[in-house]
Amino acid sequence: MDLNTKFTPQNWPEHAEQATMEGKNKFVGFWIFLACEVVLFASLFATYLALKDSGPASMDLTKYSAKALYELPLAFAMTMLLLTSSLTSVYAMYHMKNFNFKGVQTWMGITVILGIGFLCLEIYEFYHYVHIGFGYTHSAYSSAFFTLVGTHGLHVIIGLVWISSLIFRNMKRGLNLYNAPKYFIASLYWHFIDVVWVFIFTVVYLMGVLG
Amino acid sequence: MSSVAQKKGFGAQVWDYLTTVDHKKIAILYLAAGTLFFAIAGLEALFMRFQLLFPENTFVSAGMFNQLLTMHGTTMLFLAATPLLFAFMNAIVPLQIGARDVAFPFLNALGFWLFFLGAVFLHLSFFLGGAPDAGWTSYASLSLYSPGHGIDFYVLGLQISGAGTLISGINFIVTIITMRAPGMTFMRMPLFTWTSLVSSTLILFAFPPLTVGLFLMLVDRMFGANFFEHTMGGNTIIWEHLFWIFGHPEVYILVLPAFGLFSEIIPVFARKRLFGYSSMVFATILIGFLGFMVWAHHMFTTGLGATANAIFAVATMTIAVPTGMKVFNWILTIWGGSIKVTVPMLYALGFIPSFVAGGVTGVMQAAAPLDYQLHDSYFIVAHFHYVIVGGIVTALFGAAHFYWPIMFNRALNEKLGVLTFWIFFIGFHLTFFLQHFLGLMGMPRRVFTYMPDQGWDLFNMISTIGAAMMGVGVILLVLNVLLSIKSEPLNRRDYWGDGRSLEWALETPLPFYNFKQTPLVRGYDPYWIEKQEGNKEGMVYAEPLGDIHMPNNSILPLIMSIGTFIAAFGALYSPWGKQALAGTAESVSPALSVGLIVVGLGITVGSMITRSLKDDLGYHVHVAEVEAIEKDLAQFRAAGKKGGNN
Amino acid sequence: MMKGLKKWRLFSLLAVMTVFLAACGEEHLSTLRPSGAVGKEQLNLLLLTTIIMTVVTIIVSVIYLLAFVKFRRSRVGENVIPKQVEGSHTLEVIWTVIPIILLIIISVPVLISTYKFADVAAMEEVDENGEKTALTVNVTAKLYWWEFEYPNQGIVTAQELVVPTDEKVYFNLIAADVKHSFWIPAVGGKMDTNVDNLNKFYLEFDKTSEGLKEGVFFGKCAELCGPSHALMDFKVKALDRPAFDAWVAAMKATEGQTASADSTDLGEATFANSCLGCHAISGVGVSGGMGPNLTTFGDRNRVAGFLEHTTEKTAAWINDPEYYKPGNLMTGKYNVSEEEAQAIAEYLMTLSVEK
Repeated sequence: MDLNTKFTPQNWPEHAEQATMEGKNKFVGFWIFLACEVVLFASLFATYLALKDSGPASMDLTKYSAKALYELPLAFAMTMLLLTSSLTSVYAMYHMKNFNFKGVQTWMGITVILGIGFLCLEIYEFYHYVHIGFGYTHSAYSSAFFTLVGTHGLHVIIGLVWISSLIFRNMKRGLNLYNAPKYFIASLYWHFIDVVWVFIFTVVYLMGVLG
Repeated sequence: MSSVAQKKGFGAQVWDYLTTVDHKKIAILYLAAGTLFFAIAGLEALFMRFQLLFPENTFVSAGMFNQLLTMHGTTMLFLAATPLLFAFMNAIVPLQIGARDVAFPFLNALGFWLFFLGAVFLHLSFFLGGAPDAGWTSYASLSLYSPGHGIDFYVLGLQISGAGTLISGINFIVTIITMRAPGMTFMRMPLFTWTSLVSSTLILFAFPPLTVGLFLMLVDRMFGANFFEHTMGGNTIIWEHLFWIFGHPEVYILVLPAFGLFSEIIPVFARKRLFGYSSMVFATILIGFLGFMVWAHHMFTTGLGATANAIFAVATMTIAVPTGMKVFNWILTIWGGSIKVTVPMLYALGFIPSFVAGGVTGVMQAAAPLDYQLHDSYFIVAHFHYVIVGGIVTALFGAAHFYWPIMFNRALNEKLGVLTFWIFFIGFHLTFFLQHFLGLMGMPRRVFTYMPDQGWDLFNMISTIGAAMMGVGVILLVLNVLLSIKSEPLNRRDYWGDGRSLEWALETPLPFYNFKQTPLVRGYDPYWIEKQEGNKEGMVYAEPLGDIHMPNNSILPLIMSIGTFIAAFGALYSPWGKQALAGTAESVSPALSVGLIVVGLGITVGSMITRSLKDDLGYHVHVAEVEAIEKDLAQFRAAGKKGGNN
Repeated sequence: MMKGLKKWRLFSLLAVMTVFLAACGEEHLSTLRPSGAVGKEQLNLLLLTTIIMTVVTIIVSVIYLLAFVKFRRSRVGENVIPKQVEGSHTLEVIWTVIPIILLIIISVPVLISTYKFADVAAMEEVDENGEKTALTVNVTAKLYWWEFEYPNQGIVTAQELVVPTDEKVYFNLIAADVKHSFWIPAVGGKMDTNVDNLNKFYLEFDKTSEGLKEGVFFGKCAELCGPSHALMDFKVKALDRPAFDAWVAAMKATEGQTASADSTDLGEATFANSCLGCHAISGVGVSGGMGPNLTTFGDRNRVAGFLEHTTEKTAAWINDPEYYKPGNLMTGKYNVSEEEAQAIAEYLMTLSVEK
């Protein structure tokens, strides 16, 4: 399908993100990339679980253990923000299907705002831990915690920069077959970040507080 | 737009290679870089063997020896074998599946430049205070306490080049899934394409654990984290697991494409269809799968307990079954064929017994209680060199002779090739066969010297002589390559006369778009089918002649890689590292360290954003231009001599 | 031509025999001449697997050579197009099933031995007095030397492990700095000494070391641990039970032994001033010494694990340990003249529990 075709909601293809060869390659390639991200996070989770609550012999477990540190309300608020942002990116994709460019931009924008909210809470959380003495070099446990949750946070930052620059670059261009796959995989990435967070919430926060 | 007649200046040529996204040129870049690092690592091996020529030799110091053994292993696996295989994968896979390029030409270039700059970064260690010295496995407690910046170079260099490898792996997977010509179903794909696919999938799953391991080591050494610092609650066994979850599949990442190359070479020179194609495919997938289930057999003596050892022992042994299937299939391909012994075939024939010998010692080491004796002795050194040299290096040398006509439109000299083979092959067995016995006689690996009268003197000396012969063999091969530059161009298709898969249907030199029309694949061994049916053109087409869409060249991959290179220096000279704090490693001010990281990553991210903001739609080669290029090429071929040995 | 071939055959046969005989190695070092139940069982596994694997290699090579010779293009004709065979299910099944059977044959003894070698339950067994019945040695690997503590006997030594014959000796293995690996090739397979956890295993010695060429078994470090990894050797003295008991008693008798700084002997006085801070000369104690315990120095087979056991070498070692073992932790911790080093060496040679 030619990239320069003028599209209307009527001739806009059903799967715009896969309508060109490049789009299809991106689509397949990105799923494969996510598979490798899964392994990356699996390794970090395994490391975290192996080092949970483990520190120098003198470490004060009443102060610096998973049970003592984590606060579920905060983690829950973060979860809600990120889950909602995943939903808003679904709306954006829904509008893309209907060739409603304004809808795409608006909902992607809301996604970014929710993502920034999540990031602020995470930064607050990290700041709080460092403030009470649980810094990155405090113990093997602290290193593992910050590395796992921080890697996720870094993914959020990358996602935000990515989606923002997409919104910005396409403002004038409108929707076409060249940037439809870009929006699509960005939203795919955002869902992935969300799924990883669900695991972090379960394995790190819930299991930390409960077990 | 004539691609042949046009003569470019030297500067334009260099710029062309720095910005290229053409898989054939990237293949040449991989080949050149891989050869360079192969030579460096080979030289390191020779230095080590000369040190071990006599007991208590003082050719190199103890510390230097550890640097040599680390760099030899690291370079050979990450920076020589991998890029050399990538060279052939890049050059051949798109041709075999009838594609005009890979799925992501830009990422292909990025993968190369990341690999190359990571490798250069690692090698700078020799000039900046000493190379890494904790073995290519870089086991945690030793690597954590290693003074200086050696290990930092290892961690950062591999991190960068590993990212490149991962990107290339993803690229190959997508290429093979989406870019196949019409009719090229999965079960018609040549074995080299199949093994490239499985090997790339292994890269996909094996490299992230390495990335994580290296990152943990990086923050431990450079930013004061405590993952492996046992006094701070860390655990060194985590490194062993992460490293071997990557490290074991790495062996299959390398050996599967080697199997693939032999599966291409043997049928051509046996003039016979590959025996048991579907079981070969099945065995490839099975080996790839099992390769992930067995990493802990490197850790039998770590103390994981009897049950873990028992499970991993049995799992490891099962790999022998699909591997055996492959060996028998190769032999049955030869059986009943018409064997022509050319240089590539000679390598293939030498490969079978050598690799079987390396495989069976692998089964011996899979027997956990026996491995308690063999582990970390010279026996294991002999074993993995039988697999790597006997399996992978022979494949690379054979493939170089085999595919040289397609890649360079020149042939390597057969007589010199035969001489090279025998010198290298005999030298190889001389070097490594006796090392099995050295191990059984109690010689540990990675020793910089040994005392006399332990019964090891003679075998060590013979081993060193063999290593020198291997060195001579490699020099002869390089000589052969240099001679080929001066030789006559071939200007023809199907150089070996019995080509079977699609890449042989193309006339050399190839136009930059490979196929002027996408071919239609009518069965397994498509070119063989067309030849048998008397089709002079070598293929039938799936589309009429039309405009060809090609990607634009770009300098951004190189700039992005340079960004990571700069950032790596910032991390390396971090003032927060354990060695820096202890005063055993140089460091810079916090501002400079962070500054370099920010600037470096800024360049990389900035390039990514630039790439994203700009529309890069590629360009079209119009029908008239295609016809003109084809005409030019035809004239060039007709005017030139038909070189080669046949 | 034929004659040359025959000669060549004879030569290669001889070469193979030489290799094979030489391959047995030294009795105190080679895994091929084991002196203990563990090593013997491992050798049996080696023989079993080698036989099976050699047979496999030979069969493969023969089929392959046959195919290669029979189907040369020069023999079958230049323009012959061979039959394009797709494959054979029967053959596929055969070469899948046969390896599986072979692997099962290997797996059975492998699994049995794996569990057997890991069985250290007897370490905890006690007699009616509550004393441990089995001999346990706590091995601590340190940068380029080995410390051996006998917790039930309350004694500690270094560099030279002393064990009784004909009984299981249990080992607790740990490393003090970086990872090492504890290996006595002629007695049995190795086990790593990790920094973060204790590894346990056992060995059996069924032959006293006295009759060996070197009078001791050689032990090695098998895990790269730094520049002097190659030199991190130790020695093993295997004694029969009465001799071992006598040795333990002699070690216990050194309780409180120390060197006097006021001694008229220059060696002893210098030792007391410069060395005693790190090196104990009483065999009673626990592990954790800064430097190797030197109580049995005069009885040892080697200096620093690998140098000839002479006064000259000892003095030379004291003068410049860095030259002999690069990266060791002794360098620079003391300051003695060459004359004093000679005196210390002479003094050390008098330290003995066996003479």
